[in-house]
Amino acid sequence: MAKDLSKALADLKEDEALAIVREKLNAGADPMSILNDARRGMETVGTRFSKSEYFIPDLVYSGEILKKINEMVKPKLTKESAVKREGKVIIGTVAGDIHDIGKDIVVFMLDVSGFEVFDLGVDVPVQKFVDKIKETGSPIVGLSGFLTLAYDSMKQTIEAIKAAGLRDKTKIMIGGGQITEEIVKYTGADAFGKDAMAGVTLARKWSGAK
Amino acid sequence: MEKKWEEMTADEKRNDLIGKWLSPPGVKFVNADAEKAYKGRVTRIIDAVNMKKPDRVPVFPMTGFFPAYYAGFTPRDVMYDYDKLMSSFKKYVLDMQPDAHGSVTVSPPGKAHDILDYKLYAWPGHGVAPEYSYQCIEGEYMKADEYDALIEDPTLFFLTAWLPRTMGALDGLKMLSPFTNMTEMYGGFTGAALVPFGLPPVQAALKALMDAGNEALKWIGTVAGYGAEMAAAGFPGFFGGGTKVPFDTIGDTLRGTRGIMLDMYRQPNKLLRAVEQLTPIMVKMGVANARQNGCPIVFIPLHKGADGFLSDEQFKKFYWPTLKGLILGLINEGCIPFPWAEGGYNSRLKVIKDVPRGKVIWGFDTTDMAKAKEILGDVACIGGNMSIASLSVGTPQDIRDAAKKLIADAGKGGGYIMMSGAVIEKVPPENVKAMIDATKEYGVYK
Repeated sequence: MAKDLSKALADLKEDEALAIVREKLNAGADPMSILNDARRGMETVGTRFSKSEYFIPDLVYSGEILKKINEMVKPKLTKESAVKREGKVIIGTVAGDIHDIGKDIVVFMLDVSGFEVFDLGVDVPVQKFVDKIKETGSPIVGLSGFLTLAYDSMKQTIEAIKAAGLRDKTKIMIGGGQITEEIVKYTGADAFGKDAMAGVTLARKWSGAK
Repeated sequence: MEKKWEEMTADEKRNDLIGKWLSPPGVKFVNADAEKAYKGRVTRIIDAVNMKKPDRVPVFPMTGFFPAYYAGFTPRDVMYDYDKLMSSFKKYVLDMQPDAHGSVTVSPPGKAHDILDYKLYAWPGHGVAPEYSYQCIEGEYMKADEYDALIEDPTLFFLTAWLPRTMGALDGLKMLSPFTNMTEMYGGFTGAALVPFGLPPVQAALKALMDAGNEALKWIGTVAGYGAEMAAAGFPGFFGGGTKVPFDTIGDTLRGTRGIMLDMYRQPNKLLRAVEQLTPIMVKMGVANARQNGCPIVFIPLHKGADGFLSDEQFKKFYWPTLKGLILGLINEGCIPFPWAEGGYNSRLKVIKDVPRGKVIWGFDTTDMAKAKEILGDVACIGGNMSIASLSVGTPQDIRDAAKKLIADAGKGGGYIMMSGAVIEKVPPENVKAMIDATKEYGVYK
């Protein structure tokens, strides 16, 4: 069965995709080539999402299939292969807000788009963002928040990044259900993304990646 | 003699509930002006629902803990001190004079949830800081392979599986046998079914429920007292009750977002059967509250059907049929369903138009209101869309301008209620006041 893994994953054919992976592994295929096929499939998923052909459930489901593929392939990987990364991004849900669904989708889409993502989790204290920028040198930060309380936490986080002298070399995007252009201005962020792919587009633009 | 509820037609039920809302039994108005103002406010809202031109656009800011912040309290303060809850929520209404209040039920009894070791939410002082509102902690409180159990006997599933998982103190309930076992005296029907009640873990759970119940009783006294006092002063409560769309019941609190999204692909038929099974239960929840409170409006917060969350096809297959069933079921029991579409609903407008005329309030958050008016304007009252972002960070003049535009876009000819797009928490009080005052100024129908 020489079927196309990229296509099966992109079309969300779970059983078919996993069968192809199993078959390839049994035939002794290079695990890295399987992961590359999967990555190409995920690129198609992202493109379809940007074009409103796919929606959040499709992203979630593709992520679930990808997770299973990774689990199958990982034991066969001889060494931790150095995947070429497009750039670094720090992401977290700001202080006081514990929502993670939106953030997790953005983290996932950045990850499959080739970014090295540092996910700080939820209810992230202001200082933790500052420390992580210093530690990783990441030029891009994403602040997530679902509740209106996040407006002030975002503002305070961005002020702290500024006070630490890091604002000039850091691009900051914000996102969440109640984020508008008005909030970008209020918080002092550089931009907001209305969905996960908009976040990827911003990150690509800022990192100079294709 | 009055007709029994069961014998009434849907219209008679509706009139009965509206009658009770207009003239709340047992309420003694503080003076004739208060009574006139009260009836004027209810009439204004009902006219809007009936898609007649009221005297002006009704204004109902959807407040969360805003009244607490306004009075200098934290959400923690009012969740644990009912005097503070009462005084702050009263102050907001009397100071700002909206057309309706949202009760004090937005602030749940904190201590009851401590007693139950409630895990479904973090709340002020318990997982989130005292100055912030409660937040849901999604999880797979129902596993992927438990649809059959839910479908076969939803109450048993909630009692013996879901409650023990979401309330630590109720762990013992998982030992209960089905109450439907107690059909006969002999042969162990009753005897065996009663045994769990003798076991210490079950007794501990029952004790926790009794303690939590005592706390809830204190709280409901405040809820009732507040409603009566506000009515006496001339201010109706907007909500008769609340319920949920079956898809959200499963997606928010049983399977979680990830869980339900995967179920749509992996076990769509079970999910469809489950939402159908839950529909009459969700109808009953809304109707019971509305009848108890003598107010027909039933709030239905909509979560996982928003733009982007489902494809059009998924919305039509998994979400809308039972939302429509819920809406029709509520209307059939005399209620006014108030589905509240959080996020955007631009891609859903043509689908949700399919409801009986003048019976529903469609509430919107970020949906394009000119478009909503154009598509829904001849079937339903619409409400909402005052931007929570603007209310939070804008100036009173921004709010006045936004109110004027909203009234022009959505208020034309009646059938619009001014509401915030999302729940109002800590925002500058002058912005809430501007929203109310501007509606009173610009919203008058000639």
